[in-house]
Amino acid sequence: MKRMTIAVALVAASAFSGTALAQAKEQFVPANFYWVGPYAPGGSGFGGGIIDFMMMINERDGGVNGVKLTWDKCETEYNNARGVECYERQKNKGPTGATVVHPLSTGITYSILEKATADKIPVISMGYGRTDASDGRVFPYIFPLITNYWSQNTAKIKFIGQKEGGMDKLKGKKIVNLYHDSAYGKETIPVLDVQAKKYGFQVTHIAVPHPGNEQQSQWLQIRQIRPDWVILRGWGVMNPTAIKTAARTGFPREKMLGVWWSGAEEDVIPAGDAAKGYYAAAFNLPGTQHPVMKDILKYVYGKGKGEFTDKSRIGSIYHTRGVVAGIITVEAIRTAQAKFGKGKPITGEQMQWGIENLNLDAKRLKELGATDLMQPLKVSCKDHEGGGAVKFMQWDGRAWKVVSDWIPSDQSIVRPMIEESAAQYAKEKGIKPRDC
Amino acid sequence: MLYREAGQFKSTYAADQQIFPIRQDRIAVTLLLLVAFIGVPLFANEYWLSAILVPFLIFALAALGLNILTGYAGQLSLGTAAFMAVGAFMAYNFVLRMPWLGVIPSFILAGLCASAVGIVFGLPSLRIKGFYLAVATLACQFFVLWAIQRIGWFTNNSSTGVITAQTIEILGHTFDTPQSKYLLTLGIVAVLALLAKNLMRSETGRAFMAVRDMDVAASVIGIPMMKTKLLAFAISSFYCGVAGAMYAYTYLGTVEPEAFTLDLSFRILFMIIIGGVGSILGSFLGAAFITLLPIFLNVFFGALSHTFGLDISHAIVSNIELMIFGGLIIFFLIVEPHGLARLWQIAKEKLRLWPFPH
Repeated sequence: MKRMTIAVALVAASAFSGTALAQAKEQFVPANFYWVGPYAPGGSGFGGGIIDFMMMINERDGGVNGVKLTWDKCETEYNNARGVECYERQKNKGPTGATVVHPLSTGITYSILEKATADKIPVISMGYGRTDASDGRVFPYIFPLITNYWSQNTAKIKFIGQKEGGMDKLKGKKIVNLYHDSAYGKETIPVLDVQAKKYGFQVTHIAVPHPGNEQQSQWLQIRQIRPDWVILRGWGVMNPTAIKTAARTGFPREKMLGVWWSGAEEDVIPAGDAAKGYYAAAFNLPGTQHPVMKDILKYVYGKGKGEFTDKSRIGSIYHTRGVVAGIITVEAIRTAQAKFGKGKPITGEQMQWGIENLNLDAKRLKELGATDLMQPLKVSCKDHEGGGAVKFMQWDGRAWKVVSDWIPSDQSIVRPMIEESAAQYAKEKGIKPRDC
Repeated sequence: MLYREAGQFKSTYAADQQIFPIRQDRIAVTLLLLVAFIGVPLFANEYWLSAILVPFLIFALAALGLNILTGYAGQLSLGTAAFMAVGAFMAYNFVLRMPWLGVIPSFILAGLCASAVGIVFGLPSLRIKGFYLAVATLACQFFVLWAIQRIGWFTNNSSTGVITAQTIEILGHTFDTPQSKYLLTLGIVAVLALLAKNLMRSETGRAFMAVRDMDVAASVIGIPMMKTKLLAFAISSFYCGVAGAMYAYTYLGTVEPEAFTLDLSFRILFMIIIGGVGSILGSFLGAAFITLLPIFLNVFFGALSHTFGLDISHAIVSNIELMIFGGLIIFFLIVEPHGLARLWQIAKEKLRLWPFPH
């Protein structure tokens, strides 16, 4: 107890002296995530990852070119109103205000989209959020980086095609899209319909109301349809429930394919043995073998810091996803600093330039020690998505096993839909798209 | 000593029947309105305006709507969020499809649509009472959300079901800054609150209260049951509908149907229970308590761990917030079941006698 008190006092002292010295040379990143409620595993895991990474940068490199990263936590409860409150509370903190916001909720992304654009604070909605914001001409401050929902979906259909032995074999197949009944869940319906027409498969959309812990009737319906594949577009407690109910109704888990918000350890472990064989998409891979994860273990957890008290969560899907978000954030800050002044805190407007000119090629990923943790990423003014490829994993009962290469998305389907949808938004809102 | 009505004589019926018969009350309310309309927009920062005060006012209006129905007319309802959803989505459709109408008439029409829905789902109240009626209004909650999610017309065929509120423009003036949005919200809430206060002091309000206190006796003395109950549903839903429209337009800017779940209905019900059932002031106090306390606790614990350098896990802090919040609700219900408005009333009575209580 006494040792702990001393440790606490030391941490406090160092925190105080640290802030006093680096008052002006700080870069503030809000940590608006969620640690309570049905979606807490995702929120605390992702939030833990991004904070662990920033802590590691501070400990190992002393910040970005000497600019310390700081953050404040704010509990959003995955609730749009609370998310807006957190956004407003955090946006003017730090010497230059909030650098960038990771809302970690499609709903909150929608809610702060216009506010952030007006405040000139970039929003990174990595792997979630408003899909048509990939058109950077209409949405200058919104970045659905790496892969948006529609791109992911085309990759998923390609993966199903591979499993079936070719895209032409999809003809006449039946696919059920079991989705969380929210903006997030509904986001992929149009792109699935377009693909169904293109490849000739049948798609049935079945909604599961929030929070999704009762799915008996939905699975009864699935049993009647007898689909070849079920795409699970779930979130939180809906995922293990779906897997368990599938097992109970006798639907093979090898024919179930989860999106990446249905593919974390927290989604399959509660389902127990029922989850064996279940597939899920991923844009980041789990594990602690990557050099960047080793650095986090050494510089953060090795010093008795770090976000997780439960050490088994280190290197889990959500944790590494947060680390990927951290890498992107820090690299974009570095890019912006290279243009606007090394060793100086940057503003949100400069950060927007930094993200838009971010180029994480294979070489840079190797330097960062993140090869295989994520895919190369190149953002441009026009393309706010950058990556676009997805890997697939299978749960073997104890860990996720990668079962595919990076499968590129089908931009010939996605991009025209994005541009059409963005153009409609621009028309409704009277926005003049930028020239790129 | 200061708060005493001695020496204030009323020589006309009008003076006797005014809303605030005591001069000190009138001065206090005038000052409060002046501060709210002039002081706050001048001095409050953006965070306070758009993240605290606007939602507080909107929830106060919704709570006021529910209070008319539950507190004054005695009809328990769990459909508040559904009426708000009707208001939000209909306002969007009116502005979208009839742009010449203007925003304020669209809000009023949206409120009237909510009234219509309220009347339909209020029909069971003619036969059933209490908890059974609450269950019947649950049907409204689920049906309205289902309809908005499934019928594309409501969301203008948005694939995700999310609608983006159009810019508010009234008489050529655009309401896009936090200050102007706050003033618009405050204006609407103030007018509607004044209307509600007067309505409850009128014959209609007395009929509501008679029905609440004993509906058999009320019908015996000639109060028409059907008209009174349905009118209560209509007025209540109108208030909720306007609150919902403002939730979309002056607060969030984008709304999805999932924002108006049963959780929200319960929150508003808790607001009137905590604030005071059957009290206009109570609606405001309850809304302040329920919307501001979690934020206050969050900020408070954040500051606490900063000042003392305590490295408490944030998950624990977040959960403690919920526990304290729940604990406080139970505490208030035990100590003062009539709500914060009753506490305020007791304080005023004590103040009248102070410093020489009998």
